[in-house]
This record gives sequence, C-alpha cells and structure tokens, in this order.
Amino acid sequence: MAEAHPVGFQWVMEAKRRGAKVFHVDPRFTRTSAVADSYLPIRAGTDIALLGGVVRYILDNELDFREYVLAYTNAATIVSEQFADTEDGDGLFSGYDPNTDSYVQTSWQYAGHEADSGSGHTAKERDSAAGLRHESHGAQVHGQVQRDETLQHPRCVYQILRRHFARYTPEMVERVCGIPREKFLELARAWTENSGRDRTGALVYSVGWTQHSVGVQYIRTGAIIQLLLGNMGRPGGGILALRGHASIQGSTDIPTLFNLLPGYLPMPHHADHPTFDEWVDSIRHPGQKGFWGNARAYAASLLKAYWGDAATPDNDFCYDHLPRMTGDHGTYQQVLNMIDGKVRGYFLLGQNPAVGSAHGRAQRLGMANLDWLVVRDLFMIESATFWKNGPEVATGEIVPTECRTEVFFLPAASHVEKEGTFTQTQRLLQWREKAVEPPGDARSELWFFYHLGRRLRERLAGSPHRRDRALLDLAWDYPTHGPHDEPSAEAVLREINGYDVSTGRPLASFAEAKDDGSTAVGCWIYSGVYADGVNQAARRRSRHEQDWVAAQWGWAWPANRRILYNRASADPQGRPWSERKKYVWWDPQAGEWTGYDVPDFEKTKPPTYRPPQGASGPAALAGDDPFVMQADGKGWLYAPSGVLDGPLPTHYEPAESPLRNPLYGQQANPTRKVYAHPVNSVNPSPPQEHSQVFPYVFTVSRLTEHHTAGAMSRTVRPLAELQPEMFVEVSPELAAEAGLTHLGWAHLVSGRAVIEAKVLVTDRLTPLRVDGRVIHQLWLPYHFGYEGLVTGDSANDLFGITLDPNVLIQESKVGTCDVRPGRRPTGPALRDLVEDYRRRAGIVPGDRPPTVTTPVLRPAGRSDDGPREKGADHA
Amino acid sequence: MGLRTFIAGWPVYRQLTGTDPLGRGAAAQSGRSAGLTARTETADRVARSVCPYCAVGCGQRVYVSDDRVTQIEGDPDSPISRGRLCPKGSASKSLVTSPLRQTTVRYRRPYSTEWEDLDLDTALDMIADRVLAAREQTWEDVDSDGRPLHRTLGISSLGGATLDNEENYLIKKLFTAMGALQIENQARI
Amino acid sequence: MPDANSLYGPLDPAPDAGWTAAGPRMGFFTDTSVCIGCKACEVACKEWNAVPESGFDLLGMSYDNTGALTANSWRHVAFIEQPVPAGHRTAAFAGDPTGGSAGATSAAVAAGTGSASGTNPGVPPGDADAAARMAGTVPSVAPDGTGTRFLGMPGAAPPGRGTGAETRTDFRWLMMSDVCKHCTHAACLDVCPTGSLFRTEFGTVVVQEDICNGCGYCISACPYGVIDQRKGDGRAWKCTLCYDRLGAGMTPACAQACPTESIQYGPLDELRDRAAQRVATLHERGVPQARLYGHDPTDGVGGDGAFFLLLGEPEVYGLPPDPVVTTRDLPRMWRRAGLAALAMTAAAVAAFVGGSS
Repeated sequence: MAEAHPVGFQWVMEAKRRGAKVFHVDPRFTRTSAVADSYLPIRAGTDIALLGGVVRYILDNELDFREYVLAYTNAATIVSEQFADTEDGDGLFSGYDPNTDSYVQTSWQYAGHEADSGSGHTAKERDSAAGLRHESHGAQVHGQVQRDETLQHPRCVYQILRRHFARYTPEMVERVCGIPREKFLELARAWTENSGRDRTGALVYSVGWTQHSVGVQYIRTGAIIQLLLGNMGRPGGGILALRGHASIQGSTDIPTLFNLLPGYLPMPHHADHPTFDEWVDSIRHPGQKGFWGNARAYAASLLKAYWGDAATPDNDFCYDHLPRMTGDHGTYQQVLNMIDGKVRGYFLLGQNPAVGSAHGRAQRLGMANLDWLVVRDLFMIESATFWKNGPEVATGEIVPTECRTEVFFLPAASHVEKEGTFTQTQRLLQWREKAVEPPGDARSELWFFYHLGRRLRERLAGSPHRRDRALLDLAWDYPTHGPHDEPSAEAVLREINGYDVSTGRPLASFAEAKDDGSTAVGCWIYSGVYADGVNQAARRRSRHEQDWVAAQWGWAWPANRRILYNRASADPQGRPWSERKKYVWWDPQAGEWTGYDVPDFEKTKPPTYRPPQGASGPAALAGDDPFVMQADGKGWLYAPSGVLDGPLPTHYEPAESPLRNPLYGQQANPTRKVYAHPVNSVNPSPPQEHSQVFPYVFTVSRLTEHHTAGAMSRTVRPLAELQPEMFVEVSPELAAEAGLTHLGWAHLVSGRAVIEAKVLVTDRLTPLRVDGRVIHQLWLPYHFGYEGLVTGDSANDLFGITLDPNVLIQESKVGTCDVRPGRRPTGPALRDLVEDYRRRAGIVPGDRPPTVTTPVLRPAGRSDDGPREKGADHA
Repeated sequence: MGLRTFIAGWPVYRQLTGTDPLGRGAAAQSGRSAGLTARTETADRVARSVCPYCAVGCGQRVYVSDDRVTQIEGDPDSPISRGRLCPKGSASKSLVTSPLRQTTVRYRRPYSTEWEDLDLDTALDMIADRVLAAREQTWEDVDSDGRPLHRTLGISSLGGATLDNEENYLIKKLFTAMGALQIENQARI
Repeated sequence: MPDANSLYGPLDPAPDAGWTAAGPRMGFFTDTSVCIGCKACEVACKEWNAVPESGFDLLGMSYDNTGALTANSWRHVAFIEQPVPAGHRTAAFAGDPTGGSAGATSAAVAAGTGSASGTNPGVPPGDADAAARMAGTVPSVAPDGTGTRFLGMPGAAPPGRGTGAETRTDFRWLMMSDVCKHCTHAACLDVCPTGSLFRTEFGTVVVQEDICNGCGYCISACPYGVIDQRKGDGRAWKCTLCYDRLGAGMTPACAQACPTESIQYGPLDELRDRAAQRVATLHERGVPQARLYGHDPTDGVGGDGAFFLLLGEPEVYGLPPDPVVTTRDLPRMWRRAGLAALAMTAAAVAAFVGGSS
C-alpha cells in the first residue's frame, strides 16, 4: 500500500501511531513491509491457503463474534443435502460438469431451495463475466430459509465451513505458502484479538488479489474472515479494495465494459433476455427480498435516458435497440479475434495494452491485424507505435510495409483541461474544475464522442436501415460551450443523476425512479449526485469544518453513504456495539435510524420489524437484516450462487506452478477460463510433465515512482529519473544459483516471450521452503516499454492468458519462468530461444493443459440451461 | 531612484550602518530575494481538482497564471489526502506541461513506415466513415434462431479507468447505440 | 573582529544576522521512522523550484537512483538495506531457507556507480568501505577504538554483511529524506565572498541566484557535502527551505507533499520538543536505536535547522557523525592572519625603505 497508494497509506501510519499493528503479506519485502510490525513473505498465488488458515483458526478456537455472526450472516442457514464439499471431491464441489468445465449450482443451494434459486448451469455466466454484476448486489434467494440458531446442524453453513477449512492448519499454511507457522499464528492472533465489540480490523488489498485465476475467491476468503470477526459495516473495519486508476471505480459503475450497463444492470443476452420483461425479471427476480425488487424502474429509466422521446412503455423503451451478448466478448477474446482477423476497428482511450495487458505480443499482433486503430492519449504510447518500434518489428513478425492497420493518434486533454467527476476507490465522486484549455488538437473524450456521435447521426439521417434506428433515436443533444464546442459535463452529470421527464427536475434519489417512462436516469446508483439541481460532487467543505466522516466533501454512491451496510455497526436491537465503535444506531424516541453516516437501512424500519408472510422486495427484510442488497439480508459466509467457482474458497495452485497442489488432487481452478488459441499457451504445471523447464515463480507489481503501463510516468522527467530502467529483483540465493550479478543483465523466459532486465540482487527477496522444496521467486515492475524517456522490456509480455471465471480478469500476478544471465537475443534468434523452451516444455500451439486433474466423483445432474453453446462467439 | 536610496541599497552601506555588521543576513539580502513571492500567491486563478493517477482521489489545487499551469499541489482541505501527494501526484504539473505531450493529430496510413500530419476535423470525418463501414460489414441483426442480436463485433474499444464518469457515460451510450458491444476498460485487467 | 560566538556554539542565527524583527527560527524535522521512501519530497521540490533533471541512471543503491544531494537534487531519499533487526515481531526472514546476505559484492558494485547528475562535484563515486559500513557489514567503531570515520559515501547502498553469517533472518530497510541542514553556523555562508549565501529572517541559509558568481568556495566549506555547482551554469544551488513559500506563510513543498509526515516543518523549538517526545515514544515501543541527529545546539555546527530522527548511526545514512563548521577556527586564524599581515606590512615597508635607500 505504501508502494502504490502512498497518500492513502498515511491513514495506516496514523493508526500505527495510535498503536495499531500492521501486518504485511507480500512475496517481496516492499516499502510497506519496511514500516509494518510484521512481514510475511508468501509464495505468490497461495493467499487462500493463508486466509483459509485464519478461518480455521477462528472456528477452531471459537473466536468468531458470535452475536454478530448469528444475527447478520448466513452461518445458521441449512444447506441442501445434495451439496458435497471439496473435501469429499478431492478439490471439486458437487455439480461439476467436465464437458463445460463449470458447475451446475443446484446442489449448492439452501435446503429446500434447490429448484428455485441460484444460477443453475453457470457456463454462460462465466462467458458474460456475471460475477461483476454482484458488485452492487448479491444473487437471488427465494422466500424463507431453514436455520439452526445453535449452529450445530451438520449442514448449517457454520459446520460446513468448519469441515471445509479443517485441513487449513498452520502446518498446511507453512507447507503451501512457505510462511513459518509461528508467523502465521502471530497474524491469526493479532487479527482475532483486534476484532469484536470494541475493536475492528481492516483488510486492504489491491490487484495483487484480483489478477489471479482464483481472484474473486481470494476476496471471498477475506470477506468470510471479516464477517466471522464482525468487521463488516463498522467503522475501522471492512475490506478495502485499493483500486489503481483515478476513476476505475467510476468506469465500473458507469461501465465501459461489455457485459454491463450503468448501475450494474446486465447487458442483455440473446437467449436469456429476448424481451424487456424477461430481461428485467432476471434482475429483479419477482417475489424476492431486498432492494433489487425495483429494478424495472432503474432499467426503464436508463433506456429513457438513452433514447429519450423515442423510448415509450409501448415499445419497451426501445429495448430492442440494445445489442445482445452471445458469449464472451471480453478484452482478451477480442484480442484473439483481432489476430484471427475478425475485428475491423479498435479505439484505445487512455489505455496502453501493448504494455499493460497480459501477453503483450498477442496484443501487438492483434493491433497489427486491424483495418484501423484510434489511439487517444496524452503521449505517443507503445500501443500507437507497435507497427514501427515494437519488439515484433525487430523479430520480423510485424513488417511495417506489410502491416495494414491505419492508425489515428488523437491527442487527449489532461485532467486539468476538462471538467468532470472521478469516482475514487471508496465510491466517492469528486468534481474537477477545468483549469486551462487543452493544447493544440487535444480534446476531451466528452468532446470526441459527442462530436463523433453527432457526425454519425448526420451521416445516417434518413437511413432506412433498422440497424441505424438506435443511433438516430438516441437522445444526443447536449449544450456546448467554448471555442471548440465542448459539451457540458454538468449536463451529462445531470442526466446520469436522472430527472423528471416532464418538468426536468433532477431526482433526489433512485427511490424516485419510475418504470412508466416519466423519469430518465443514466445511472441509478448515482442518483442524488445532482439532487436539488446542485452538483453534489463539487462540494468542498474543508475537513476542518466538519466531522471525521466528512459527508460534505464530494458525494458517495449510494445516497452519499460512506460505509456500506452500516446497519451492522449496531447490534440486532439497534444499539451501538460499543461506545468506541458507535456509528449508526436506532433512536427509539425519534423512531428512526441515526448516526454519523447516512444509515444504510430504511430510515424508520425498527429493529424489531419482522416481515409478514409472503412479503417481497425491501419489505421482506427484517429489522435486523443489515445486508440489504442480499436476497436474505445476510452476509454470506457461504455463497449458494453468484460465485461460479464454488460456494466456498478453495486453494488451487496458480495456472502455472512448479508444485502439485498439496491440498487436493485438483491442481488449479477447475472453472478457469483458458483460451486454446495458437498464440496463447500455459507453461506446464504438475501433474503435467516438464514443469521444471520453467522452475521459477515470478510476480510483477508497481513501483511508487511509476504508473501502470508508464504512459503517465515514463514520459514525466521528475518521475522517470527516479526509476530509470527496467530491472528484476532476485534474492542472493537465486543470484548464486542462476549466476546473476548485481547490476548485470539477466533475461527471463516463459512460453510466450523472453525479456531482459538489469539485476538487483537484494535481501528483500527470499527463497521459500514449500512442500519440502526450496522455491525461488523473482519480482519485476510492469511499467516499462519501448517509448518514453526511460525504456525497457515489458514484464507483461511473459504472461499467457488465463482468466478468473467470475470476472474474466487475467492471472497476471503469478507465472513461471526461467532466468539466465546476460542479455536476450535480438532479431529472429529471440523467437528461436522461446521456441526452444516451448519444445522442451512440450507446449503445442493451440493446446490447453488438462483442466481437471482428479476423477469427477459427483458430476452435474440435469440442468435447465443445458451446457454452454460451443464456440459461443459468433464473430 | 535617488542617490540616497541608491546608496542605502548598497550591501556594504547596509552592512556598515545596519544591524548585520558581518553582512550575512539582512544586509546581504538581494533585491530579488527581498521581492520573492510564492507564485501561488499571484496566480490568476486556482482550480480545485483531483489527482489523475491512482484511485485514492487526492485533492489538488491547480494554479494558473496567463492561462498556463504554474503549480499543482495538494489540497489541504481534502479529508482524503489532507494536502499531501505522492511523487506521481506531485509530478502532475510536469505531466500536463510535458514537452513530450502530443498536441497534434498524427496519422499512419496502411503499409506506411512513417507518421503524417492530419487535420483534426478530417480525422474525425475519416473515423466516422470507418465506423460506419465496419458496422455495415460486420452487422448482425439476428441469431440463427431469429432472436435479435442488433450488434457489431467488428469494433472494439479499451479504456475508461482514467476518464471522467461523464465521458464513460457518453462512450457507453454512443457505442451501445452503434451496436458495438466489445467495450472494455482497465477494470477487466 | 567578529565575535567568536557568531561562528561557534549555540545561537539564534537570524537576529545575529541583523534581522531585528525576526520571528521564530523555522526548520525541518525529518522523522525517518515513518518515511516510506516514496520520494514525493524529491519531486515536489523539483516541481516547485524548477530544479533541472539529474540524469537517468540505475544506481543499484537499493531504490535510490538520485545518489546524493546535488545542485539538481535538493532532497535525496537514501535507502539502506541491512541484515539487522528491524523491530519486527519476528525477524523478516526467520524460518526461510536463506543463505548469506546479498553481501559486500552488490554493495561494492553499487558504490562504484556514479551518476551523470549534470552537477559538480555531483554524485561522488562512493567508497566500498563506506557502502559496507552503511550496509551494516563493518562495526561503526573501528577495532582500535579510534571511533567512526565518515568515508564520504553520499547515498545508500544495498545490503551487505561480509562477516560470514551463514543465513540471514533479520532485515531492515531504512529510508531517509536528506536535505541541506541549514546549520546554525553555516560555513558555506561564512566563506561566501559575494554575499550570495545569506541568512534569512527565518534562520535558514539561502543561495541568492542573482548574486552567486560560481566561485565554489562554499562547496568545500560544507561539512555535509551538500552544496554543489550546476554544470553549464556554474552557480551553487541547494535547498532554500522554499524561501519564497515561507514568505507567503506556506509550508515548504517537500513537507507539504510528504504523505506520512516524515518531513515536518515548523518553528525549530517546537520541532525539537516534538522530536524528543517521538524518540521517547519509540524507546517505549522497543526501538532503542531511535536517536536524533543535528538537534543539539552545542554540536559542531551549533545545531541544524533541518534535523533528523535516525534509526542507526549517522554513518549508516551516509551522514558525518560529528560535523564541525569549517570556519570554527576563523577568529583564531584571523588573529594569526592579522599578526602575519602586520609582519608582512612591516617587511614590505622595510623593503620599500631599503629599496629607496
């Protein structure tokens, strides 16, 4: 955190000053480790084993916050007797379908709900990265559930959890992660001792967790611990995702993502959502508890914002204008399609995949096979010059005179040259004022897309084609100003907030959204950001002039709430758990919830409220159900649906590992997404042969001095001089073994690429003893590329493409490689070296490694959805 | 300047007559030093902004003189950052004023080995042409069962995590209306 | 003849330099125990003061690619990797299958790295002995009891422990943002023949770029090796403690940016109190190595306007253990010089007399 989010880290230092203990788990000793109270070196890709050990420690010693766990989580809920755990399936849960490498989730459901809840067959959900939808809500559960308040029932979640994690002992943690058991116990003790009524503990992670083939389950394990310890919805607790880009939260909320529409409404699927009603019902699940019951209003209001007057209840608000998904249309599938010649044009908007995405060579080969490419950036980045300066030009794989891609580089406006909102990592929107005009041809994206849209609509005016109706019907008249006709960002923010169509009055909250076409709302979760016609995101009341929650600085979604699910900061009766951790509570005199923050609960629903029989929507939530977006109002220790690779986290080895999984016969995530494409490959791992060809584990991350793919730091002199060259960090032990010298050159080889770097031999890296073997790990920054003031080979070139099944994010925090002293070959000899390694490792182009490495004992039964459509991309 | 003032401004005169006989302090202060002011004090305007790097969301104050950014530093009012910035945030002025920034449109025609200049207006027209052509060539109206698809898989887009919400909103809205489905950003990476 | 006290011993320097209405003396307290080595100070300083580039060189001195305080780097973050206990509850690499430390080999390689900083003398080439000393390889007191010796290594070095330890378990990574010390008795200022270096009303020491003629006397006078000339320009440049910002009541750019309050700015008296409390707290929390450096008004430079909380011997950070203002003996020297001058005059007069005879 000190490395990548130094200013956020001031709060950790503040806590430390007041006596907090900081534990840092990282494969290498970083600037965070330097000021931590305890540092735990870990083998990259084994966090579930570590965290699972903490879960076991809590349960074995009954250290959970029992009152919280009983009332606010699904610990007492009884699970179907059809469910079989990984302990019985050698690493596979019940319901595994080896034909599609995915689960049928029927057997995971709560008892009595097998038929009517959950997702059924999940292959299709994987292709549409459906897990992302759950960023703002859980999956559905119908009606009432069976519970055992004593937690003794063998099929209650609590007991299932105990059995599932029984083998995650301190000894197993040591064996899998390479963390000595004493150190593990130090962590487990401190974490549990610092949780309860009077104390809370926070868990912080970054992309070190998300960029794994089991990334979502990493975070799930963290969530289980935080729920067991009562650290959710309370001040000083929670799970804090430190995101890496100024508005990456915003770009998920208002998604530039293939599978989502604003506010986590799913992009419709051609087979599942042929009509508006079917689409909406798949979101709101009629009869279900919780706040998603109003999804029809959010959906109708979005379409109304998109298509304005043309969108009416009679035509389902132009629902048929929405493009339909048929499978996986994610960025990695797109790149493979580019290589296969299926994509004509590509827009890059402040993004540099030639350096920043996994398998850089695939990225560049894909871009070299387009009709046209539009790059909008501040600087001339690698993704704009691959045809001229890329490594494949040197190897002869891209010949400029044979590369047909037409490239438009359009300079972009910087953050001070336009106005608008960023949503930072805690869901806080902050408006930026414009300081100066952009230089020369530089323009904002707002300008570019507004005027592109305007021109497209002019060209198509009068078009008879059905396909052009959506563009022609589009509500696309924003006021403009200034010498370049810049569209008004405030007008767009107002549309995002939503307004009453007849009066134009901005909505005060999403509760005012209607499903009859009388409201237009661009992003329902942002509704309220323009309440009263005031740009709430522009609020800048000084921290000196308000309390510590600082509710009058910017605006947080939803409803300016700073801590989600904060009803859990009070006990079931509505009283603060302790004076010290007081946050939101029930005021019996006033008959309402009150506190420092906006209560995340119906304001006047008393703690004693119990829903009547047959209630649905918010009314079905009891007065002590704090997790109001969950279908049963509970925090999910066990996830009967919504997570595609298991209701509970399970340690699987990374897709590339030098080790056999010590816990199960199943080696790696059995539902991971693997592309069998000739350009892609996975280095062999046990039980495959030849894993020793790539004997070392490597991991990559950021340096404080640089930013992502380097476009905003390798071009900036005072930053570039602070870390002026690509390097690789190795331990003295590995240096001795591989013959590497400090400040000398080394090259690293994977099945995809060979890259070179200067060597830093440092005590900050250590070999680990894992499962009786010594494992060496290397670390690389991933910021470097061939353009800019300081240059170097790109670490991401080493990675292949293997994705998490829930969100289709690639495993680019761990891989295997070899390392050799000296510089890499140049020209065609470079590919010869890689080919030689591939031959020795038995890598066959287009092959994929075996997904299942243990017999499937309890295969999936019949399911409603049937198996995935083979070859789902229709391109 | 009168003679007296001239002489009184002489360091040696000040040294001999003032409180600083060794001439190391007040007497040695040059006219430039005496006239120094922080350029933030004399800025024409200050824009309240947010750091463009990571997602912590540190407050920035952008100082502008003569329509040029002269300083960017932390906003002490921010409850998030309390006026502090990391090296990247501290380098924001160098970022936005970098001489390496591209400020004109560049164009590489197919099979060319060099960049060319291109007028922004022309570029926009050419891009519009290509978008429409790609749609036409790759449009899918319905699937094999006649269910609507209403899309093109011939166009892709990547980016948005460093853009504004308003920009992402227009990007998604326009691409969706174009039938372009393959819109992605760093959140997938 | 100047008062000897103006050149040595405790003193409030601004009034002594003729600022009759001076406010409290202002300075920096840099608490290295909370430094995270982010280098925001280096960048913020360059941005505010328009300090030019200092070269693109991977120095291999841990994460320090700046190398030293130079005319083009007015803040410098030193990184020191040492195989010694860090106050972690359990040693960082306890139980791991480690062998020897990265050792003197890498330290020596790094020590031999010089940077093209565009300044003179710029980043000194370093000294393997000093690097090893900083890496904790050599005891800071020599076996013959002669005490510490500053070897001139300006920055940090990667770890090294050439004492034959079989396994490394302990490890610590120190970071320290170094800066001009703004000495109470600033030799650079005292030797400056042009009056370019002067004492401000805040008690700080500033080079006036409109006066400096590049004579370079200040460079050899500085007991810390801070001051340095810019190539092509010839003038001396160093930290001004953001003199222009101070005049506007603002905090210096580095301290304003510092994310963890490692760099604190304020009235020196307050900072000294705060620092003493911080040391006491750290001692209570089991960090006995914590100590102050440059805080003492009775030290060889009369105390620094920019002082530090360190977690080890000063040499570990490349700081001289016992700096002495190089002009301490000036009054005595002047007396002798005066006598010599008189004698010379007498001789010259005699020669004239002799010549005319």
